Amino acid sequence: MNWQGWAEIALTLGLQVAIALPLGIYLSRVWNGERTWLDPVLRPVERGFYAIAGIDPDRRQSWYAYAGAFLAFNLAGFVLLYAILRLQHLLPFNPQGFGPLSTHLAFNTAVSFVTNTNWQSYGGEATMSNFSQMAGLTVQNFASAAAGATLAAALARAFLAHRGEAIGNFWTDLVRTTLYVLLPLSIVVAIALVALGVPQTLGPSFQATTLEGGHQTIALAPVASQLAIKQLGINGGGIFNVNSAHPFENPTPLTGLITAVSINVLGWAAFFAFGRSAAVRKDVRALVAAGFVLLALGTSAIYWSETRPAPALVAAGADTAQNMEGKEVRFGAAGSAAWAGPTTGASNGSVNAMHASFLPLGGGVAMVLMQLGEILPGGIGSGLANMVLMALLAVFVAGLMVGRTPEYLGKKIEARGIKLAFVALLVFPAALLGFSAVAAVLPAALAGLLNAGPHGLSEILYAYTSAAANNGSAFAGLTANAPWWNTTLGIAMLVGRFVPAVAILAIAGALAAKPKLAPTAGTLPTDSGLFVGLLAGVILILGGLQFFPALALGPIAEHFQMLALTP
Amino acid sequence: MLQHLRPALAVTALFTLLLGLAYPLAMTGIAEAVFPRQAEGSLLARADGSVFGSRWIGQHFEGPRYLHGRPSAAGSDGYDASASSGSNLGPLNETLIEAVKARAAVLRAEAPGATIPADAVTASASGLDPDISPEFARLQAPRIAAARGIGEADVRAVIDRHSEGRLFGFVGQPRVNVLAVNADLDSSAGAGVATQP
Repeated sequence: MNWQGWAEIALTLGLQVAIALPLGIYLSRVWNGERTWLDPVLRPVERGFYAIAGIDPDRRQSWYAYAGAFLAFNLAGFVLLYAILRLQHLLPFNPQGFGPLSTHLAFNTAVSFVTNTNWQSYGGEATMSNFSQMAGLTVQNFASAAAGATLAAALARAFLAHRGEAIGNFWTDLVRTTLYVLLPLSIVVAIALVALGVPQTLGPSFQATTLEGGHQTIALAPVASQLAIKQLGINGGGIFNVNSAHPFENPTPLTGLITAVSINVLGWAAFFAFGRSAAVRKDVRALVAAGFVLLALGTSAIYWSETRPAPALVAAGADTAQNMEGKEVRFGAAGSAAWAGPTTGASNGSVNAMHASFLPLGGGVAMVLMQLGEILPGGIGSGLANMVLMALLAVFVAGLMVGRTPEYLGKKIEARGIKLAFVALLVFPAALLGFSAVAAVLPAALAGLLNAGPHGLSEILYAYTSAAANNGSAFAGLTANAPWWNTTLGIAMLVGRFVPAVAILAIAGALAAKPKLAPTAGTLPTDSGLFVGLLAGVILILGGLQFFPALALGPIAEHFQMLALTP
Repeated sequence: MLQHLRPALAVTALFTLLLGLAYPLAMTGIAEAVFPRQAEGSLLARADGSVFGSRWIGQHFEGPRYLHGRPSAAGSDGYDASASSGSNLGPLNETLIEAVKARAAVLRAEAPGATIPADAVTASASGLDPDISPEFARLQAPRIAAARGIGEADVRAVIDRHSEGRLFGFVGQPRVNVLAVNADLDSSAGAGVATQP
């Protein structure tokens, strides 16, 4: 560890929040339908969308209609993407002549991109045509991110409402978030990345004769356009197999900084946007503070872990200052930690280093950051919504202690809200631990593992954690392109996305109908340091205790094995 | 659900046209017009125009005359730029530990007594890492100088020309671009390699 490393981590995490502040105000204006400086260009496009799609932008939806629209849109996206992947050999822009994907791989990939997970069971440069990357995957990078953001927009209206019924219009939230926020930001970032060396071409692979007279096939693609939205949309699915570790996706420390900051900018912006739209700015600062502290601690722990002596380097008598297996020289331990923390705390899942080769606690902390429920800051809007569920539980716990009906942001939280919050939170461990338990004894599942012992269990746990949390990063030793893995990971992604989403919208509906209360002397202040501590405690206990037994058999056991090897 | 059918299909179709085709194609057009070299992969060509690699993509070197890159797990022979991959071996994996020991032994025979840099004996994340640490580069300078029959100081000067420090003094790691050094070594030797197309 050195001061440069700490400074790099501090800069990355700090810029994410600093840029999110003004961006959050803008995002809130977009959700509220206020004027923005892009109106002259985008208003006509937006109106065109509504005219063609038959959308009445002034019509407010109940939570039920909002959720129906949410599901219908995702279903349409899934069907189209599945079709593109199965038919890519018949479609244009396929200079490598790639064949169609198998049924289970197409299912897994379509679910993965529609649910904003971007788990990749395939190596992009050896599987996907340019058409599939652009018209299939890039589209869902935008669509799934915007769909997640609608959850926060709806929730903000529910908290603001007084005996209301409607929580907004799904279609306008979806279209406006995409047109006014995701697309313009992606254009700016994509052009900057090309200038810094990221390719953007539709040409085929390049054949080079190396200096030593050998032969090298260099895979190319329209990288920058997808890279920009995969980071900004908190998606994480790379063009190439090794994602943002590939020098074409991330050629220099500067591209590393830009793309790492992009991971969390809109996630935090959704927090601030919720604060402005629901008129609860101070309370949102408490949510951000709790999330930021946990994220900073996790990221620091990964940096600490990756600068411990690695057993292989010790055995070889080499320099042990950084564990360089599975890391790029330009990033080193600090740059890899500054990426691994945010990518797992958010639901991004892109990687610039191979998490499978992290030392046991480094990989373990990445897993814990996902298991906390993708709220640090999670996906755009979906992370904020999950964080609000945690806050509901925190006030519920506090309410139990003093014997009062809990309130949050001026709304009484009653049995229905708490039940729905628990449904949303419990499907995650159920899918994660349930599938992991079966996979740990099933020969068809175990055949996919690269490493034996506790590290093998970590490969399983990491995969289902990543899928159920809609993260998408991997312990890539696992060969996941097989029927068992593709199917069960696909199911975990579906459950992890849509059960909480519908529950959150149902909570929004219930909250909207309640009267908005003014705080009284008996109301627990939810903008104080005390509440930040309470919330962080609830997050850690819920996340930590549920998964601790499984982690004890995986990364923690492996850590003690390592200590026995390197005293 | 039926009232959602038309908007769902129409918005999906419009998104596909706008975000799946217009956006990437427009970005490609702008990129090719404004930054054509970067857009096409920052390819490097010899004086006769034949491409010998990309500035960002490491390639395999094993002869004593060249600076060697890091061990690579991309493809079966390493540095396969159509199959990027790390080893993904866990930190306690025996295969990994034995491989690292064997690589260190080779380097120790070449430069007795030198500290072995970590990047010299570990596989990169991408298998295509274009860089090595300055320590690993300097360790190889005597071998390259002997094989080429030139002064060690000359080799070091070439290495320094293609070294970069941390951005702003603290972002990223110091590094040496292997392919750039080797192309430079060849062109100083009159082999006619240009570093820019």
